Amino acid sequence: MEHIRTTKVEQVKLLDRFSTSNKSLTGTLYLTATHLLFIDSHQKETWILHHHIASVEKLALTTSGCPLVIQCKNFRTVHFIVPRERDCHDIYNSLLQLSKQAKYEDLYAFSYNPKQNDSERLQGWQLIDLAEEYKRMGVPNSHWQLSDANRDYKAAICRCSQPLSGFSARCLEDEHLLQAISKANPVNRYMYVMDTRPKLNAMANRAAGKGYENEDNYSNIRFQFVGIENIHVMRSSLQKLLEVNGTKGLSVNDFYSGLESSGWLRHIKAVMDAAIFLAKAITVENASVLVHCSDGWDRTSQVCSLGSLLLDSYYRTIKGFMVLIEKDWISFGHKFSERCGHLDGDPKEVSPVFTQFLECVWHLTEQFPQAFEFSEAFLLQIHEHIHSCQFGNFLGNCQKEREELKLKEKTYSLWPFLLEDQKKYLNPLYSSKSHRFTVLEPNTISFNFKFWRNMYHQFDRTLHPRQSVFNIIMNMNEQNEQLEKDIKDLESKIKQRKNKQTDGILTKELLHSVHPESPTLKTSLCFKEQTLLPVNDALRTIEGSSLADNRYSEYAEEFSKSEPAVVSLEYGVARMTC
Amino acid sequence: MEFAELIKTPRVDNVVLHRPFYPAVEGTLCLTGHHLILSSRQDNTEELWLLHSNIDAIDKRFVGSLGTIIIKCKDFRIIQLDIPGMEECLNIASSIEALSTLDSITLMYPFFYRPMFEVIEDGWHSFLPEQEFELYSSATSEWRLSYVNKEFAVCPSYPPIVTVPKSIDDEALRKVATFRHGGRFPVLSYYHKKNGMVIMRSGQPLTGTNGRRCKEDEKLINATLRAGKRGYIIDTRSLNVAQQARAKGGGFEQEAHYPQWRRIHKSIERYHILQESLIKLVEACNDQTHNMDRWLSKLEASNWLTHIKEILTAACLAAQCIDREGASILIHGTEGTDSTLQVTSLAQIILEPRSRTIRGFEALIEREWLQAGHPFQQRCAQSAYCNTKQKWEAPVFLLFLDCVWQILRQFPCSFEFNENFLIMLFEHAYASQFGTFLGNNESERCKLKLQQKTMSLWSWVNQPGELSKFTNPLFEANNLVIWPSVAPQSLPLWEGI
Repeated sequence: MEHIRTTKVEQVKLLDRFSTSNKSLTGTLYLTATHLLFIDSHQKETWILHHHIASVEKLALTTSGCPLVIQCKNFRTVHFIVPRERDCHDIYNSLLQLSKQAKYEDLYAFSYNPKQNDSERLQGWQLIDLAEEYKRMGVPNSHWQLSDANRDYKAAICRCSQPLSGFSARCLEDEHLLQAISKANPVNRYMYVMDTRPKLNAMANRAAGKGYENEDNYSNIRFQFVGIENIHVMRSSLQKLLEVNGTKGLSVNDFYSGLESSGWLRHIKAVMDAAIFLAKAITVENASVLVHCSDGWDRTSQVCSLGSLLLDSYYRTIKGFMVLIEKDWISFGHKFSERCGHLDGDPKEVSPVFTQFLECVWHLTEQFPQAFEFSEAFLLQIHEHIHSCQFGNFLGNCQKEREELKLKEKTYSLWPFLLEDQKKYLNPLYSSKSHRFTVLEPNTISFNFKFWRNMYHQFDRTLHPRQSVFNIIMNMNEQNEQLEKDIKDLESKIKQRKNKQTDGILTKELLHSVHPESPTLKTSLCFKEQTLLPVNDALRTIEGSSLADNRYSEYAEEFSKSEPAVVSLEYGVARMTC
Repeated sequence: MEFAELIKTPRVDNVVLHRPFYPAVEGTLCLTGHHLILSSRQDNTEELWLLHSNIDAIDKRFVGSLGTIIIKCKDFRIIQLDIPGMEECLNIASSIEALSTLDSITLMYPFFYRPMFEVIEDGWHSFLPEQEFELYSSATSEWRLSYVNKEFAVCPSYPPIVTVPKSIDDEALRKVATFRHGGRFPVLSYYHKKNGMVIMRSGQPLTGTNGRRCKEDEKLINATLRAGKRGYIIDTRSLNVAQQARAKGGGFEQEAHYPQWRRIHKSIERYHILQESLIKLVEACNDQTHNMDRWLSKLEASNWLTHIKEILTAACLAAQCIDREGASILIHGTEGTDSTLQVTSLAQIILEPRSRTIRGFEALIEREWLQAGHPFQQRCAQSAYCNTKQKWEAPVFLLFLDCVWQILRQFPCSFEFNENFLIMLFEHAYASQFGTFLGNNESERCKLKLQQKTMSLWSWVNQPGELSKFTNPLFEANNLVIWPSVAPQSLPLWEGI
């Protein structure tokens, strides 16, 4: 590539971001067409995709070399010290070029090749089908043409952009459409119109010939402002938050005052409150709701998608969440390329709107640990790829642009890759039964909003808990499944040979034959005992195929009680061993 | 019986109980000598039994003849009772007030409590110093048990038996005791089997303004050093505070007299500053206005998490000295009964796998808190809601538990116990039917004859049925030293409390 002048620099130091004593690792820096790669002396590799780079900064020369600070969109920050200034300058310039492409065609997605053939790729793109989704929701029906989202045929969430009303203008057709939406709800004769902007902003817009609906002109509407700030406020809020968190030797008080002055959690709470208002209007009052902001693709998308998530448990599954993103974000024209700064464009159009949505979802998963099929890792992975430009899904700013780019022919869809790996993203505490039909009612009292460390410090391993309960439960579940399978295998073997000798002796023989080869028995003593005993037990109690599922779900059930994972497993083990 | 005089109205019908997160319950309110009981008299609903000693503060309000009593508990619960009839309400309120502020320890519930369970193992004898000593006497012969404090004459806040260097005789200990605050001469707190390094703790040296010294004291702590090795003294006060202490006869170890020791000051706040921090924190948590900025600024202003960070940092430093530097340490503040114990006990959690098991943790509390003379009676007399400020109250033990919880969160599989165990300890430290946390030190407990007259908390906790509630199913013994992160981003607020 023409931008790369130096491909390899040795003796580069990678500084520990938080260390006050300038702890560092020494290694070699490589520059490829798509990635920046650092391999340290322990052969640990750090890969940084060029598209993830938000900013590159060259600091003043020091005695040990030339410092290069790279901030990434996935909140990784790396601080290199390159021994020679010339190398540093070359890398700096290359990265500046590589991280800000001018044309869509230069993005990674157009060169990324995961070794699939065309039909596989096409299948990938067809994985999420919105027409199918509307069918699932039950539209079109006698009240609705295929135009927007609906929920249990009664109340509906609708979305649009602000009316161009100015101070006095009105539009009869618009009034009629709203009337029609309102009538489409057979239960309730009024509807809500939610303007997600602060009232002041909406009033200011009137001066520019835009504005908001006048309650007098529209019959049967109830108007509501919910005060979510605009993209510019959000951008600088995140900027402040990251500045605070990047401080070395941060004190607790500075952290909290920084968190407060950034306003980040306040904005998150505002989005959440709006979604809750929406969900309540629909479930409690059975009223349809029309949501809009200025353009109808940022705040509106946040509120509609979160509202749907609260109302419909389907969206809380892995597949459903993909559908939700396709529906409320991609197809309704959230300007991903501009908001994520995929191309070298107007920095004022960049804003963490989608990141905020993911954070709201994370807060919900924290409050309802069993309601979501996916875990935090899924959210982080999606966040990674809205910026990576590795897949075609998030390229472009609207559906029209995407069709013009021929994304479906030239790039791959992210969703099939996530689905293939879905094991990594499963939430072990998920209980599909107990939450299937319930509407989530989160509590938005302030102390329920916490700083999302695993997002904003996802690469700062030293700040994370050292052991993960999720992984352990996941492994245990896997082991259990494997053990159940072993039991079944043994059982069938016993049946095959049942005309020989007595069962007891056979069991023992079989056990000996299975033990060494079973891969799951390596961990702890209790698991070894487990395999021993249920085998004998199996002859009496295990009939048919349902047991594996039962025990699996028993665990999940137990976790649902107020102290997750506490006594239950102990009982599970005890029961199995005695 | 005297309680009867204090109870003006023993029973009121049609009282409505409001609790957060529960539906309101209507029932009969009864007052006994130690409990406030509300029962709906239906089989299926649970009854509320509240110990008077758990009551921190009460407010009363009247609307017409309907009186409302708001009871704020030491475990931070707030409950509300609607009582019909002005007179009944006033009577109940004054009775509760009188019963919750009894002066005499011997009138407290533990002296009247008769266990409903069979005592399998008497908790009073579960963690004897002799047994604890045996755990490391196999690894080293440099230490001995001393009975010098048998009659509590040398140090009133120490137990009768302490562990000291073998080369120091009782006579020398008596001399050192006169040189240390409260007679708290340096004693062994923890022996690190991996490299033979130790943690000792004591009170501040009484150097005063004229730089008094004590040869025996120097000899005692030097006796713990290997040839050519240096040790660290961790002073839990800032240098400034330590210097000011000299004016009142206290002070710190002078380099000139302790050339083999390096002194480090790691300031940890104490007394009313901690109490105010807790009061602010609880107030912030109870603020029902959904305002994010206010919550964050209140949380910040409470400084609670700053204190947590300070304590954890000091404990990590202590553990680092022992495990990484291979150096022995002496820890003290002023009295050596508060911040000193936080640091010594947390360092052990970090260093010693045994202290992360249930029994090991109980032994740690017994050794480093109860026997080491943390004044529970004074520190836990009131909690976050009380207005009458006495300077002795401080949530020192709660801060310690919070720190343990922070480590537990970072290492969820390395602890045999769970969060509920820590909460249970917190509740019992403030109000309990057991005698374990009564009194300020062993000497007082001995005078109160707690062993004979009350039940030990450990007798109850260590029953298999109870233990299962406190067991962490993900526990897998981890024999390593665990290093927690103390960055602010890693220290969330403990919601369980």
